[in-house]
Amino acid sequence: MNNLDLTIILCISVLAAFLLAQRRAKLWHTSSTTNIHSLPSYYGYLTAIWTLMPALTIFIIWSIFELNAISGIIVSKIQELQILDKESLELTLNKIYNIANSDFYNLNDSSSINNQAANLFIEYKNNSLILKCISVISIAILSFLVVYFFITPNTKARNKVEKLITYLLLSCALIAILTTIGIIVSVLFESLEFFSQISIFEFLFSTNWSPQIAIREGQTGNSGAFGAVPLFWGTVFISFIAMLVAAPLGLISAIYLAKYATPKFRSIAKPLLEILAGIPTVVYGFFAALTIGPAIRDFCVFLKELGISLDIEIIANITISTESALAVGLVMGTMIVPFILSISDDVISTVPNSIVDGSIAMGATKSETVWRVIIPAALPGIVGGFLLAISRAIGETMIVLMAAGVAANLTANPLDTVTTITTQIVVLLTGDQEFDNVKTLAAFALGLSLFVTTLIINVIALYIVRKYREQYE
Amino acid sequence: MKDIKQNLTQELDQTSGNPLLEENIKISCRKVNVYYHKNVQSIFNVSFDIAKNQIMAMIGPSGCGKSTLLRCFNRMNDMIEECVVDGDIKLDGENIHSKNIDPVILRASVGMVFQKPNPFPKSIYDNVAYGPKLHGLVRNSSELDDIVEESLTKAGLWKETKDCLSKAGTSLSGGQQQRLCIARTIAIKPEVILMDEPTSALDPIATATIEELMYELKSSYTIAVVTHSMQQAARISDRTAYFHLGRLVEVNDTNTVFTNPVHELTENYITGRFG
Amino acid sequence: MSNTTKLVSANLKKRYAKERRFKFYGIFSITLSLTFLLFLLFDIVSKCLPVFTQSYVELDIDFAPKYLNLEEKSSYSKEELFNANYQKLINNSLYKLFPEVKARKQKRILRKFVSSGAQYKLRDLVIDNPKIIGDTKSIWLLTDDDIDSFIKGLIDENAPESERRVKDFQINWIKSLQAKDKIDSKLNINFLTNSDSREPEQAGILGALKGSFYTMLITLLLSFPIGVGAAIYLEEFAPKNYWIDIIEVNINNLAAVPSIVFGILGLAIYINFFGIPRSAPIAGGLVLSLMTLPVIIISTRVAIKSVPPSIREAALGLGASKMQVITHHVIPLAMPGILTGSIIGMAQALGESAPLLMIGMVAFVADVPQSFFDPATVLPVQIFIWADSPERAFIALTSAAIVVLLVFLFLMNLSAIILRKKFENKQ
Repeated sequence: MNNLDLTIILCISVLAAFLLAQRRAKLWHTSSTTNIHSLPSYYGYLTAIWTLMPALTIFIIWSIFELNAISGIIVSKIQELQILDKESLELTLNKIYNIANSDFYNLNDSSSINNQAANLFIEYKNNSLILKCISVISIAILSFLVVYFFITPNTKARNKVEKLITYLLLSCALIAILTTIGIIVSVLFESLEFFSQISIFEFLFSTNWSPQIAIREGQTGNSGAFGAVPLFWGTVFISFIAMLVAAPLGLISAIYLAKYATPKFRSIAKPLLEILAGIPTVVYGFFAALTIGPAIRDFCVFLKELGISLDIEIIANITISTESALAVGLVMGTMIVPFILSISDDVISTVPNSIVDGSIAMGATKSETVWRVIIPAALPGIVGGFLLAISRAIGETMIVLMAAGVAANLTANPLDTVTTITTQIVVLLTGDQEFDNVKTLAAFALGLSLFVTTLIINVIALYIVRKYREQYE
Repeated sequence: MKDIKQNLTQELDQTSGNPLLEENIKISCRKVNVYYHKNVQSIFNVSFDIAKNQIMAMIGPSGCGKSTLLRCFNRMNDMIEECVVDGDIKLDGENIHSKNIDPVILRASVGMVFQKPNPFPKSIYDNVAYGPKLHGLVRNSSELDDIVEESLTKAGLWKETKDCLSKAGTSLSGGQQQRLCIARTIAIKPEVILMDEPTSALDPIATATIEELMYELKSSYTIAVVTHSMQQAARISDRTAYFHLGRLVEVNDTNTVFTNPVHELTENYITGRFG
Repeated sequence: MSNTTKLVSANLKKRYAKERRFKFYGIFSITLSLTFLLFLLFDIVSKCLPVFTQSYVELDIDFAPKYLNLEEKSSYSKEELFNANYQKLINNSLYKLFPEVKARKQKRILRKFVSSGAQYKLRDLVIDNPKIIGDTKSIWLLTDDDIDSFIKGLIDENAPESERRVKDFQINWIKSLQAKDKIDSKLNINFLTNSDSREPEQAGILGALKGSFYTMLITLLLSFPIGVGAAIYLEEFAPKNYWIDIIEVNINNLAAVPSIVFGILGLAIYINFFGIPRSAPIAGGLVLSLMTLPVIIISTRVAIKSVPPSIREAALGLGASKMQVITHHVIPLAMPGILTGSIIGMAQALGESAPLLMIGMVAFVADVPQSFFDPATVLPVQIFIWADSPERAFIALTSAAIVVLLVFLFLMNLSAIILRKKFENKQ
């Protein structure tokens, strides 16, 4: 008997509950003189739902906490495990699971602690499974019996079923709220912990970022500096370059496709441009890191040498990096083009045709109509779209992770390397370190600032776009 | 139905009614055909003239191609990809489809007012100033101010709006919006104003104001108006053309058309038997 | 000619020039974007070509028991064979081939001429057919990735030796073997049948594909019913009040929250709080389903909105309850739209990697995952891992994995487009 069997048994019992209740309702319908309130199948659904719900809840909760509970018991039984610190305990427990789950180890050999624990683990797991099966099935049966005897021909089965389904649908919608709460909870508490160790002013206004904390004595940078200004700047700088590319390209392409292109050209070009939006960011990252970055560096080095040979002094001191902000910005910008294109296209087509006709009838050319009538009319929508695009650029991770550096530079030179909030989050959280280390906590503080920034931008942008739409509806 | 069509083709050539003097003609069309999608024809072989400083009313049941024909006069149909116009349309004796005539210049001298008031989402001032600025008709802002005041005055809107010129054009009432659109059109001093059912979206009082305005404007402009309402045509126009299923049935002095129609179809329409 | 006409014609040329210029900008922008797309695709496809073949070297292997570290006897147990030393067989054969190599350092490099995985091929061969012991057989074995790269011409022979991963003496070995016809290139099956490996010549995408499959399955099973349910509630049942407004703003905002933030949520809530195993498809699927949810909700709402109200009214007029109207009429009519949106959401999830880095799917996993709870990685993360690896040969692998990923995404989007077209035609 395992979880799959239990699931199957549960399904079969629910089906049985359905059929039983439905059959009874049919009998009522044919034999008695009293009318039943709903179609027989609704009595079936009602019974089935009430049979399933309590049992399923127990099943899920049990499964979630099973593993932790068993680990707790094992630790309490075996004293050797109690002396371990948190991290090595986790490792040992993992080892124990592996031993217990594989056929490879000889479990009869109980000389090692791990094997003992694994044996214990298997024992408890089997017990837990049996207990779980018994309780789930008995609760299913019990709830079936209760419901079965409470339902009478007068029960408003259909209304009750529909009510239950409505609640189910509502709980689906509430997941969205739960997600947001989950995000806030997960970044907030760790961030507060971080700010209790590092002052919030240092984080927000200091310009020195070097989160490397010494593991051994005498390593440099062992205090760790957490001034996030270079990261904020890097993020803004790269997003700015990306928008510099994406905004004109996207907007002008959208205008061309909407107002100039023949329907045939449009039907070919638009899906092709949308391919750019469908390409995963990791692909852009690879492209930026391996092709665009080196190409820009080589080109700029060439220019620099040319400049030096011409005795232009300023050029000689410019740093040129393969992981330049320019390369990242260019590639990210191209990625955002279709996003801006589709939003602008939407917004432009919302501008009523009658206004466009009015302008053309006054003798305006198409481009004059676009610049003097369509764009001013669509401006709020376009601004909203641009804001959403900026929020995307700020939150973009893979391109910057692969093609931008990790050096926290505060530079305005687009050929130099900068780092971003998202890059640092990944760098800080993917190493092997303890969870409540300041370094890890810093990642959560960065996550909080990222979430808050994008949240503000998104809410403003969505509000503007919504108001804009309402204006022409 | 077959009967009617046969009648139409026979009657077509003698529709010009009292012919106009050559020097009075502002717009003349000869054998104009309009096609959509190449094979769908919406205007059949229409020929008639519009006189200077007169109001020409174009009436007929809906879907008879009045608006399509009107949009030919300032080449608005160019904007529709599949629309093909064929035949001669002359403005002051010059073919508007000829190479010397540029659509921009044509539209600057043949203005248009639409069915639904369509002020730009700008201020009242900017709405009127749009055309002059666009075409470079003014050299400085005081000249522009003068044009705006003059046009709004002509459109009878100055008194109501002189204190709120920076308010959005869309904030005005329907009738005011339509007058704003007329003001916007006359700001570039066109010779002809085309009006496509300019009052169909307005209430009776606003309609009366617009009609008065049209009557005043005809001293300086030639006006062609498409209208749904026969009463309106009778009230304001000097000459009337009656269209049916894309064909011109009858054109004559308004009086004659309404009191003594030549064609049976016209009579049926005017007496309200269909349409 | 009137005054207006004169004034207008005066600057008409300039205005038309502007018009032409603007039109040119439009064509230019579109061309630029499309050129970038073509360049990107061309670049990646051209980089992935070396993956199709792998270089093999033919070695005369002497299966003498002494080289295998086995005693001489008539039969061996399976365990003995399993633990025998097969690398030694290869080493001996290589030493015989190049007897002039004496220096220890060079000998060590020579041993690395053949892929470190080749010994397992010999092991399987011997276990399958133990009679081979004592014989000498010539066998084609996979070369090391650097040697392979050189044979494919990916390493520039004319570059200074110090900057080259393949040194001059290695090149001489290769050339002498080539002269003897002992080097051949064969179709690369490892790429499709193997999991990740530290050695590029043995690395494949099977593990990542399976990981992606499990992760996507979880994502679909969770996000589709929940997303459709939420959309139905919001569109059909939700009262117009403050709370529902908040939910709506929430969903729209979630669709624009950076993906990495979902990864942080997964790390903090799923892994640290609920104790869901790190790196497992179940964790990945849970995170991705939260990201896909808003996409499905939004597209389902659009699809439901587009169902004509007349159909609802007709059914309500016949006495159907609201729930019956929804299940019998609204959902079937909206289904193509719902499916299209879901496919697009799933395609996005399939290409997503940033949040999965947070929950440890970036770990090196050499085994093919067998269940939702095994450590696994997914295709885009595999691409990231390979792209980060310094070996030259990983570039081709990365590009090939990208091509595979793009093909999957293309097929998904294509099916969405076909579905939409079909739906439009019906209407």
